[in-house]
This record gives sequence, C-alpha cells and structure tokens, in this order.
Amino acid sequence: MRELKTDVLVVGGGPAGLSAAASAAGAGANVLIVEGDLHLGGQLVKQSHKFFGSKEEYAGTRGFEIAKILREEIANCEDRVEIMLNTTVSGYYREERVVTAMVGEEEYLRIVPKKIVIASGAQERLIPFPNNDIPGVYGAGAVQTLMNVYGVVPGKRVLMIGAGNIGLIVSYQLMQAGVEVAAILEAMPRIGGYWVHAAKVRRLGVPILLRHSIKRAIGETVVTGAEIYELDDKFNQVGETEVVECDTICLAVGLTPTNELLWQAGCRMKYIPFLCGHVPLRDKCMRTSNEDIWMAGDVSGIEEASAAMIEGRIAGLGAAKALGFNIQDEMFGEYWVRLKNLRAGEVGEKIRAGVLNATVDGWEENA
Amino acid sequence: MKVSAIFESGVLTEERPGAVSPPEALWKSHKGGLVIVECPQRIPCNPCNTSCPTGAITEFADINDVPAINYDKCTGCALCVARCPGLACFVADLTFGEGMALMKLPYEMLPLPTKGKTVKCLGRTGEVVCEGKVENVAEPLRDRTRVVHVSVPIDKVSDVRAIKVV
Repeated sequence: MRELKTDVLVVGGGPAGLSAAASAAGAGANVLIVEGDLHLGGQLVKQSHKFFGSKEEYAGTRGFEIAKILREEIANCEDRVEIMLNTTVSGYYREERVVTAMVGEEEYLRIVPKKIVIASGAQERLIPFPNNDIPGVYGAGAVQTLMNVYGVVPGKRVLMIGAGNIGLIVSYQLMQAGVEVAAILEAMPRIGGYWVHAAKVRRLGVPILLRHSIKRAIGETVVTGAEIYELDDKFNQVGETEVVECDTICLAVGLTPTNELLWQAGCRMKYIPFLCGHVPLRDKCMRTSNEDIWMAGDVSGIEEASAAMIEGRIAGLGAAKALGFNIQDEMFGEYWVRLKNLRAGEVGEKIRAGVLNATVDGWEENA
Repeated sequence: MKVSAIFESGVLTEERPGAVSPPEALWKSHKGGLVIVECPQRIPCNPCNTSCPTGAITEFADINDVPAINYDKCTGCALCVARCPGLACFVADLTFGEGMALMKLPYEMLPLPTKGKTVKCLGRTGEVVCEGKVENVAEPLRDRTRVVHVSVPIDKVSDVRAIKVV
C-alpha cells in the first residue's frame, strides 16, 4: 500500500481548507490537501453572489472568484503544497496516527502526517414529510450544484423551504437562471438570513411566508405541488392547508457539521445547538483536544465562508507553529480581531454564544 | 400580515436606522442624484463605505454598523449601487426634468435591458409601480452587476426598487 508523508494534512479543499493550507505553507510547512471532489474550492465554486464582510474577507467579490483567488495563492506556494483531488479520507487510526484515504475507487492509501487540519465542512439537514422521496425534492446544495456547476436548472417552478441565507440566495440564483420561485416558507416568525438578501427576492415578487411549513409533497411519480400550512407559536397548524403548484421542492433547512473524522480521532466533542450539531472543543488556535489535530470552517460550527477562511488561516498557522516554524503571535491576534468583528452583529449573536461554549482556555497536555 | 411581520420578511415599511431618505431640499436641487440605502440590519459588511470615492458613506466604527451617510458629499455616482453585495443601494436624481426622476438601480437578471426601451418598475414586494424608460445600462465594476438608469415619474421614487424587462 502506498504511504504518503507530509508535515500538514489538510482534509477538505473548501474555503477553510485552502486558507489553512495557504497559511501553513506560507509559514514553510509542506502541505497535502485531500479533496473528495474533482476540483478545489468547496461550496465557493457555486456561490455566484457577492460576499459580505470587509476587504480582507473579499467583500463585494463573488464566491467563485474567491475560490480562484485562493487557488492562485495555493499555486504560488510552489512545491510546498500537494493536492489530491477525487480522494476521500476514510479513517484515522489514533495509535499509529495514520490517515487512510481512497483515491477514486481504485486506490486505498495511507497518509502519515505530522499534523492535521480537518476542514471537512458540513452536510445538509433535511426535514421529513410524506412523499419526500419522489423526484423533484432537492436539497439546496444539489440545486446549486446542478445550476451553477453543471448549468442545469432543476425545474420550472420551485417551492423553497427555509429563509436562511442559503434559502434566500438559492432562490435569487434560481430566478437568475430563469426559474420561477413560487414562495419561500419559513417556520420561524422572521427570516433567518440577512434582511438584504430577503429584500432582493421580495422586490422581484417572491412571497416569503413566515410561520409556514410544508405538510407533504404532491405527485405520483414526480413532484407536481406541495401542501403547506401556517404555524402558531407552538408550531401547530392554524387555518386551512393550502396547495402550491410546483415541480421542485427545495430544502434549505440548515446544515450540520461533517464531524465523523473528529469523532474517530477521539477529539472531545460537545453538542452545541447554536453551532448546529456536535462540534469539537477547541482552543483559540482552533486546536482540538487531540494535540495533532486542528479544525476550521463549518466542521467547527456552521457559519459563513468569510469566517471559515479566517479560521483556516488560524488553524494553518497553529499547525505550522506546533511544527516549529517561526510564527509571530501577533499574526493570530490580527485574525482573532477579524473573527470577532465578523461575529459582532445581530446575526452573529448565536455564533458568539456557541463559540464561547465550545472554546477552552488551553489544553492541559500543552500546559 | 402585521407591519412588523412584513418587515421581518424583507420589506421596508418605514424609515429606520440604515434606511433613511436623503434630506428633501438638497435632494430636489442636487444634480446627479443622491443615494438611498436600505440596509436596516446590523451585519458585518462595509463595501458601500470602501467603494465610496467621496467619503459620503462614512467610515464604520464597527463593521456591523448600518450605513450612515453624509449627503453633502454624495455625488450620486452609484459606485455603491454596483458594489453593495446586498443590492441595497439606489440612487435617485430628482433634477432629471419634466416631473421625471432618474433612478440608478442594481440589476443582475436576464434579459438585459436596452437603452431607450420601456421596462416595468417594481416596488418592494414586486408589484408593478409604473413603467420606466431605460436611459443607460452601465457596468461600473465590470463584474456583471449592471446599474440601470431608468426615468420614472418623480412621485414613484420612494416606491421603485427594481425593474423587470418585458
């Protein structure tokens, strides 16, 4: 079996992983990025909207353009960064500190890293409702991939479930692709995403029905509509069930961290609802309770890509510093300030509480 | 729906911090127009400020602040219209003449409008407010966000926030 050695293994080539790789390689470490997809960039490649944040977080730049910028930065690290695409990490063996991975469906190999940054991202949540297994029911991520990676629209008329940023942004992108959005349903009494994203779709005529949910998908072989209903404060139905005609039902009801590798590695985990699932405890440098493992991005708690990129920088620096590379402590400070600023608004309130709950002052074994 | 519920679904129902109209007297006489920003939620974002060439959108003490505008410095250049990731900046020039105003609106849809054509002008819930004539289609940042210059009756300025090409 082939065995690869590296200073820093970065699991996941999305915004967090690429940022971690760039900062670790920038500090002098050799880095191996392992990415399951056929290209780097993660969810950024599907993001056709302009990012928020400040200049440092590429504010005003479209997500797929940010992916290009990060890929160029990685390319400029010359031979210090190796990239393996179409490769999925399948396990971590604690005793030997060995990672196993599958290249395509052909080769199974061992990776022996000195340090690891896990930036495995998140997976979509789905909500159960009768008939949700017929063609036409999609996760929002799949809709974005179909449209923005492969240039295929999912249908002609979409019912969006969820008015968080993903539901709002994907609705807007559907309209850009010429698809009608029948309505956006949101079970809560207010939108979860940015108000301006909601205003963008509202002024194009899309209703956002607050306190509404889906009851069932209608259709024999494919989706032809959906039954929807209004909710009271206790999420019980009020009023009559209504029917919305649509050929696509798109679920944008949240994400949860892809954390299996961290469980395997024995990292201390905690269930933190504000971070949308089980997340590893971490110190300020994004190090887990396993002294060889750092994390960054959605796997550490669901948040915007802007924050994921800063966490990646921090984790990459942390791993490089632990390897003995010369890292000025002020560099961390600058990133901490940027993270703090990003999280200071009203939408960041839950993130702040969640991160506080997941952060430890320091790990005893390092003391 | 109650007014607060309408606001919570993304529709501005009244002026609030981050979403105020320019001062009327200055607005009526200012050639080139003044910016209208509708960004009433504290989110971490400041490209309106960093893209403003005159400092009319004042510097943010905290990046989560809602935009504050010094209208004396605004030239109506609409760079913020092109740059704002939330498509929350608009410009209205009330000096266009003959009861008409020139609005500069962000546009990221297809088909593209063409100069001289008539388009539908939409309000904050997508309702058709009036028709407007396309006076210019600019792409200031060459990033596919167009700034469409459209002339509308002056009394529709407070309602028109988007166009639909028909």
